[in-house]
Amino acid sequence: MIKDWFKSGAPWVWLNAAAVSTSIILVVGLLLLVAVRGLGHFWPADIVEYQYQEGDVEQTMVGELVDTSVMSAKMATESGYKLKAGKDALVQLLLKTGNRDVTGMDFRWIQQQNVLSQSKPEEMIVIERREWGNFYGRLQAVKESGKVIATGEQAWPVVLERIEQALEVFEQIEYLQKKEIGSINYSLERLRLKQKSLELKGDWTQQAQQQMAAKKAELDKEYQGYQKQLGTLYQTIRRDSLVAVEPGGSTLEIALESVVRVVRPNTMNVFSKFIHYGEKFVEFVSEDPREANTEGGIFPAIFGTVMMVMLMAVIVTPFGVIAAVYLREYAKQGFTTRLIRIAVNNLAGVPSIVYGVFGLGFFVYILGGNIDELFFPESSPAPVFGTPGLLWASLTLALLTLPVVIVSTEEGLSRVPKSIREGSLALGATKIETLWRTVLPMASPAMMTGLILAVARAAGEVAPLMLVGVVKLAPTLPMDGNFPFLHLDRKFMHLGFHIYDVGFQSPNVEAARPLVYATSLLLVMVIIGLNMFAISIRNNLREKFRALEGL
Amino acid sequence: MPMIENTNSKHKSLLQHDGLTRHQRWRLIKDNLAGKWVVFGGLGVILAIVLIFFYLLYVVVPLFASAEAEVDAQYDVPELSAGKTVLLAMEEQNEVAVRFTQSGKAVFFTVADGAIIKVEALEIPQESQISSFAQGDPTKGVVAYGLSDGRVVVAKHDYKVTYPNDKRLITPVIEYPLGLDPVIVDREGMSLKKLAIRVDDDMTILVAITDDNRVVLSHYAKEESLFDESTMELTQAVLKSVAMDVEYLLVDKEQRLLYLAADDGHLSVYSITDKSSPKLIQHLSVLEKGRQITSLNFLNGELSLLIGDSSGLVSQWTLIRDDKNQLIMRSLRAFNTSQQHVVSISAEQRRKGFITVDAKGTVGIYHSTAEREMLKLNVAQAKPLAIALSPRANAFMLQSDDGKINVWHVENEHPDISFASIWKEVWYESYSQPDYIWQSSSASNDFEPKMSLTPLVFGTLKAAFYAMMVAMPLAIMGAIYTAYFMAPAMRNYVKPSIELMEALPTVILGFLAGLWLAPFVEENLVGIFSLFMLVPIGVMFFAYFWQKMPKSIQHKVPNGWDAALLVPVILITSWFAFMISPVIENLCFNGDMRVWMNDVFGIGYDQRNSLVVGLAMGFAVIPTIFSITEDAIFSVPKNLTVGSLALGATPWQTMTRVVLLTASPGIFSAVMIGFGRAVGETMIVLMATGNTPVMDLSIFQGMRTLSANIAVEMPEAEVDSTHYRVLFLAALVLFLFTFVFNTLAELVRQNLREKYSSL
Repeated sequence: MIKDWFKSGAPWVWLNAAAVSTSIILVVGLLLLVAVRGLGHFWPADIVEYQYQEGDVEQTMVGELVDTSVMSAKMATESGYKLKAGKDALVQLLLKTGNRDVTGMDFRWIQQQNVLSQSKPEEMIVIERREWGNFYGRLQAVKESGKVIATGEQAWPVVLERIEQALEVFEQIEYLQKKEIGSINYSLERLRLKQKSLELKGDWTQQAQQQMAAKKAELDKEYQGYQKQLGTLYQTIRRDSLVAVEPGGSTLEIALESVVRVVRPNTMNVFSKFIHYGEKFVEFVSEDPREANTEGGIFPAIFGTVMMVMLMAVIVTPFGVIAAVYLREYAKQGFTTRLIRIAVNNLAGVPSIVYGVFGLGFFVYILGGNIDELFFPESSPAPVFGTPGLLWASLTLALLTLPVVIVSTEEGLSRVPKSIREGSLALGATKIETLWRTVLPMASPAMMTGLILAVARAAGEVAPLMLVGVVKLAPTLPMDGNFPFLHLDRKFMHLGFHIYDVGFQSPNVEAARPLVYATSLLLVMVIIGLNMFAISIRNNLREKFRALEGL
Repeated sequence: MPMIENTNSKHKSLLQHDGLTRHQRWRLIKDNLAGKWVVFGGLGVILAIVLIFFYLLYVVVPLFASAEAEVDAQYDVPELSAGKTVLLAMEEQNEVAVRFTQSGKAVFFTVADGAIIKVEALEIPQESQISSFAQGDPTKGVVAYGLSDGRVVVAKHDYKVTYPNDKRLITPVIEYPLGLDPVIVDREGMSLKKLAIRVDDDMTILVAITDDNRVVLSHYAKEESLFDESTMELTQAVLKSVAMDVEYLLVDKEQRLLYLAADDGHLSVYSITDKSSPKLIQHLSVLEKGRQITSLNFLNGELSLLIGDSSGLVSQWTLIRDDKNQLIMRSLRAFNTSQQHVVSISAEQRRKGFITVDAKGTVGIYHSTAEREMLKLNVAQAKPLAIALSPRANAFMLQSDDGKINVWHVENEHPDISFASIWKEVWYESYSQPDYIWQSSSASNDFEPKMSLTPLVFGTLKAAFYAMMVAMPLAIMGAIYTAYFMAPAMRNYVKPSIELMEALPTVILGFLAGLWLAPFVEENLVGIFSLFMLVPIGVMFFAYFWQKMPKSIQHKVPNGWDAALLVPVILITSWFAFMISPVIENLCFNGDMRVWMNDVFGIGYDQRNSLVVGLAMGFAVIPTIFSITEDAIFSVPKNLTVGSLALGATPWQTMTRVVLLTASPGIFSAVMIGFGRAVGETMIVLMATGNTPVMDLSIFQGMRTLSANIAVEMPEAEVDSTHYRVLFLAALVLFLFTFVFNTLAELVRQNLREKYSSL
């Protein structure tokens, strides 16, 4: 029976089916893993208080339960742990205890067997701070200018109110510093470069000196004005502080200036948790990073990725389309075009790091170096374009995704029925008019597909960018309010590189990991979205041309 | 074609007038221009693509170029009356040179024309005479004159750089690092006929051979105390039983080894770590019979000796540990520099190269690690007396017996790379055997860069191999099922999911592999292996019992949806495999598989290893192979299948004996392209391996690949240095590899398409 069944070949078919199932399980599993861990990052976790006894010492530990690990008894004893009688496995809990400024550690592993009791007291608070990470403990009092204005239960609403005020003032301070004062600094730097360039040209006359001095004085006056404003703002924000008790017993005074948020997660119901979730999600996509990229938002990375991808799209579309049009419409079809097509296809397969190396050597050092010599001699020795930056990164990625656009456009052009071209020419149109008004519009869905695939690939490529312009933390965005508004020589942040950097080169891996999952989720969603968009366009295209092919 | 003015017609058409004619001409012009631009743009784009290859080549080619040299100047030896030259040296900027003479004078002169800057007589005490001379570490500029009363004058030539009037001025000075008083070496006050010296910040060692053939060693160590000034503590020793006529005396700069060599090729190596009691490490003969040592010097770093002999051979000797962990001297390599005897050997100060000059005045520039002869020049017509190599190794000067000094400048940018040093085993200093090593940089100048691409290529191929092991079965079997047996409705779900797999950025795969998969595999190693075995068995079990089920249940699942049915089966089997893995681990592996492997087989386990990379990279490569294979199988004409089935074959027999064979070129091409992709993958490897360049076949060890190496080291490589160019060479190797693979695959695929169009 079994032998016959084997002879019919059915088991092998089932195994092949298993291969498909495995692949699908892997894909879906991966997406679920990223989704669950990524989405879970924003959900406010309960704060648990543990009574913990290690040896003779009994202590209170407070924190969020982040992970659990189970080790078999044998492995545990081999690793040096002492298991209590009757336990056949060592269960360890990873707590995020925060309070790095007090204890020196953010995360601690404790053994379940040593936990005497645990509870979720309602008055436990978590304070998200701008430095030193989270604080877990109890609120004791609120101070204004050093005097206590509320204690105990009344302190809670007061502290929320004061924090809101402090956040508003903080936003104003940020605006003043980044936009206004930043703009003045930028203008001063440009004046310095202008002076140097005039000196080099030999035009540094008395009149020029006077003009420069006048401008500098003007800027200085503006700056003084802003400084004064800043002074008053700082005074306001530094007025308030809160006093909290950490689990070890000591009290801490935390200035409200360094507080981002205070929450009581144990008292939150599902609805308020949802609201908190939404707030944190919005903060994630719109704020700047804090604490060496392990907290805060990833807005600069999103902005940098979008900026680079748009620039790349602007560069790659005309060149890709022209090359495809040349190959399909203008070049004589034969051995040479076949060779060129093979070459273009192969370039799609070349490792992306090779493009990065080429971009670094040729674009950055040769092209950029020459541009610096010709147009920016006053900046030397600091390079302007002779160093990795936005322009070169976009160019490198444009080169990398060029084959995708060429192949896609070519395919679109080949789908346009010959009859349409011939009809247009018969009616008296020139070749370029036929192309521009008839063929290209019909091929435009294919061009779009190609562009979207190129964009999706560029958003995910990291290896070449590591060499040509991406950095761990960029102080400014490539686009801002200062002339020339789009700074092509600036370095930028990128979502993909952010994942690599935060996951592997971060000083605090445990804290960074949830953020990496969240960033990965964002990137995956963006890319899946783009790909689904491209697929739907391609399907529509197939439908449309099925009708046309009847002609 | 646009309307052309028909001047022959008697009747002017309504449509012919000036404005329209102009418009037609404009349309023609537009067409012409656009046509030219498109051709230009198209060709330009294609050229840009080709530019990549040529640019990489342009950066790599200088690595293999040979050195060039040109004579700069020739002039009389300055101040010949000051005495015979015992040392010729140049400073870094190639502006000032110095000639130390036998009578204790230092003659400083300009390199460009030999004009004397100053002549300074060293502070030699009146009552003694100069009896010997030694040069310290060339990078420090220390010189020593041994005296007839057993003392030594220690001096140093230094060059002060100032910029009066914004122009560089180099002023040479003589300093006395140990003070003006000569240092006592031989307490018995005998004349010193041979000398060796090394001066460090806090230690000085002087070894001398006295007139009565004793070898005395004096070591001064600076003792710092908190309150007083530092004092010098003196340790002395006398070597007993030195049976040979010592001609050459050398101490290394770490002040731990003493080399004594005689003319007839006998070499004694002493360990002087304990300065009060030198220990003989080895006494050996370094030359063949009948030859004599004519020149002896250290290589940069002072780990190797360069021994030049009377037949023109220069051999490099270093101390290594043999199998019994004993220190012995070994000859690493030899250079046939000339037919004449070697007069002088001078080492480059910042690289492992050296310059030799033979009795006929032929100068040769060599590099030790790469075993390259960079240049051979006939420089002097008369017997050469002394040679000086610039610290930057970009110039040298030779003094010959005819009273002339020849100055040459040299361009020798990348001597340390040769085909052999990149691809073959190289015997590096202090290693006990030749090996393939990639270790490109370290903090000091003495470091010998080990740039062999072989471990990296090995790592690349190993990673790609394991990835293919994971990807090929899943992708090809999956594609077979999807293209041939699957219901079309389900195919509409499966194909987009696989395309989704392709679109996932590899950064995310790499990060999951490094941060989630690697610890998971480490904890559940037995589970993973039992998974590989139990899942196919589980599937077969289920399949057997499914087809035994009553037809009513079997028909509930439509034809061709087997894959969907298997999803819960596989999930349950995997869960079961992980559940019983602790039991298996306890039974077979003593509770911990990794420890068991180490104890029984000596196999070490690295958390980020090839298994993890294979799984992650396999995942990344599956969609590439899957889509091309599926395409190939789907395009096999239906009449072949139908014909085979009509003749009585089962669907599986049809698949294996008809369809697969017909589609095999496509499958082959898919595998090639997939392999090409696996070879070029950077991010997954960067994050999921330990990035250690080891050549180990074990699946439980990491590796470093070409692409990850470029990504890691390129930002730190100095532009246009050897390291930089070797990284470009790695990129070129990757480019060529994937280009060749993809072209082959593409040609095979195009042939396949032609074959099918005829079927």
